Amino acid sequence: MAFIQSAVTRAGSFTGRKGRLPYLLLLPGMLWLFSFFILPIINLAGTSTQTPVLGGDTGQYVQTFRFANYIDAFNQARPQFARSFIYAMLATLLALAISYPLAYAIAFRSGRFKNILLVLVVAPFFTSFLLRTVAWKQILGEQGFVVPALRSMHIIGQQTTLTASALAVVTGMTYNFLPFMTLPLYASLERIDPRTLEASNDLYANGITTFRRVTFPLSMPGVVAGTLLTFIPAAGDYVNAAILGNPNTTMIGNVIDSRFFRIVDYPTAASLSFMLMAAILILVTIYIRRSGTDELV
Amino acid sequence: MADASSSSHGDLKLTRVTKSFGDFTAVDDLTLTIPQGSFFALLGPSGCGKTTTLRMIAGLEEPTAGSIHIGATDITTKKPYQRPVNTVFQNYALFPHLSIYENVAFGLRRRGVKDVKEQVDKVLKLVELPHLADRKPTQLSGGQQQRIALARAIVNRPALLLLDEPLGALDLKLRRQMQIELKWIQTEVGLTFVHVTHDQEEAMTMADTIAVMNEGRIEQMGSPAELYESPRTAFVANFLGQSNLIRGEVSTSDADQSVVEVHGQKIAVLKSRNRAAGKSILVGIRPEKIRISLPEDQCNGNVLTGGIVSDVSFVGVSTQYVVEMPWKQDLMVFEQNDGGTPTLRPGDPVSLSWNAPFTFGLDGSEDVNAGSEVDDPA
Repeated sequence: MAFIQSAVTRAGSFTGRKGRLPYLLLLPGMLWLFSFFILPIINLAGTSTQTPVLGGDTGQYVQTFRFANYIDAFNQARPQFARSFIYAMLATLLALAISYPLAYAIAFRSGRFKNILLVLVVAPFFTSFLLRTVAWKQILGEQGFVVPALRSMHIIGQQTTLTASALAVVTGMTYNFLPFMTLPLYASLERIDPRTLEASNDLYANGITTFRRVTFPLSMPGVVAGTLLTFIPAAGDYVNAAILGNPNTTMIGNVIDSRFFRIVDYPTAASLSFMLMAAILILVTIYIRRSGTDELV
Repeated sequence: MADASSSSHGDLKLTRVTKSFGDFTAVDDLTLTIPQGSFFALLGPSGCGKTTTLRMIAGLEEPTAGSIHIGATDITTKKPYQRPVNTVFQNYALFPHLSIYENVAFGLRRRGVKDVKEQVDKVLKLVELPHLADRKPTQLSGGQQQRIALARAIVNRPALLLLDEPLGALDLKLRRQMQIELKWIQTEVGLTFVHVTHDQEEAMTMADTIAVMNEGRIEQMGSPAELYESPRTAFVANFLGQSNLIRGEVSTSDADQSVVEVHGQKIAVLKSRNRAAGKSILVGIRPEKIRISLPEDQCNGNVLTGGIVSDVSFVGVSTQYVVEMPWKQDLMVFEQNDGGTPTLRPGDPVSLSWNAPFTFGLDGSEDVNAGSEVDDPA
């Protein structure tokens, strides 16, 4: 937003034909957003307050501006909402815990292997998202190496399985969104001038203090970007829960999916979608405000 | 001000310090004592090992061999944060996420000092920027950032303040001004300053003692005047100002002076200023010491005849002549413009003369051009 504003302000100082150039450049993007984002969202908003046609077929709805749809939908899907945010948060925290050391090592310690490591981070994208998630089912399944290994080490009971569990869902999400965490973290860590770290050392801060006072604060833009890029898609995700979960691990995405495509209950699906969007928007706004990285981004 | 590091104050001593990176020896068997309270400059071209030396003193590099002491304390293997040493980094390395106030307070806070505010305010006043305390580093100009980097270091009252090309990023006018200010602040706070630079003028303006470094070794160490008037090597003669070095043979010697034959002409060199071991010698004379005159004029002291003016450049206070000698060597002559506009033109035949005691003699085995092809990015 700030960028667009400043671009427009700067353009304002020009006159005549040149003044219109920034708007012309914005036009294709704006048209795209209008056709494929604004219009569908208005349509969706309309759907969310419809009610079934009395005596009509399944899937026939009429606009009655019934806002109580939202309350009904929320009451029905309350556990899935809670689960979505808890799982997404867990996956985000896990991804952060795994990615930070990785990104740190790539940025500061990888030397000539830097590019290879970066390619490896992105490499999973070369196979399909769905395929990778199914692969996790194999890895965590009875035939995989993880379960027998953990059983023989007595970390899990002999009867315990890992598939079709909340653990599997969170693990799958963590894995699938890991590059979205790693890359922004790497980008912001890599931008840190190593001399500021030396300066911190020089000014009586040991390694841990330097990390707490200099490295971590300077990597905050990456932390914020990475957590958002992980949390937002994770909160709306339904593939991981569908493939790796069980009926008690369904997330809001699964509910919306089944309302739209199985039960053909469009108003409920639409109002759930809106509530998910609103919830994410509010959480993200609070998060960005509190992390105070506006001037570092 | 609180003095956390008084126990380790004293002279800085580097004893046989060597630093190698693989096959490359950056610093080669360096022994050096820097007296407490002095303004010391390490001067040399890029890659001469001066910055590596500084980083070893700061603890950012560990010497391959040798030891570093401050007073009686051995700091060779101490971590940077354990040393009573602070650095002003080349590009300042201010913390971009902290305000100017917090940047300056950083070292005090890490040491758990109590009256942080008082000390920060005081040092910001010293660098004349108390009004910028709440700004962020990116909102400051280069000169202001430089002062904050200095304030951030000296607020800790280190035994030793290291300055790594601190003025390199400033424009010429600001650099001149900061040179004077740095010198003033050093006198004011009474700390030992070790200043690394490739700019000979900067070193001469500020330092009490200069060590000229080349290829990991110290070529010569002394006061600016000493280095300038009596360079001991061709490198120093060429790197510090400009020199005319002319090859010759010692023909006769008595107790006080030697007579040197250079391309058929005789030059006197004082014994005390002659570093040549054998007969082969490089005769040195600074361009501003030479008088330029017409061949028919009467000349005293050392005289070289048969020169032809090949270039004249007028630079206001002085005129710089390039004179080609009969043996095809170009000599530089700087003449003060105290007699009005210069009248000599390219092509004019001239004689060069100077007071014999200004002549210095270097060993004949040296390279005439050592230290003169070095780029000066300034």
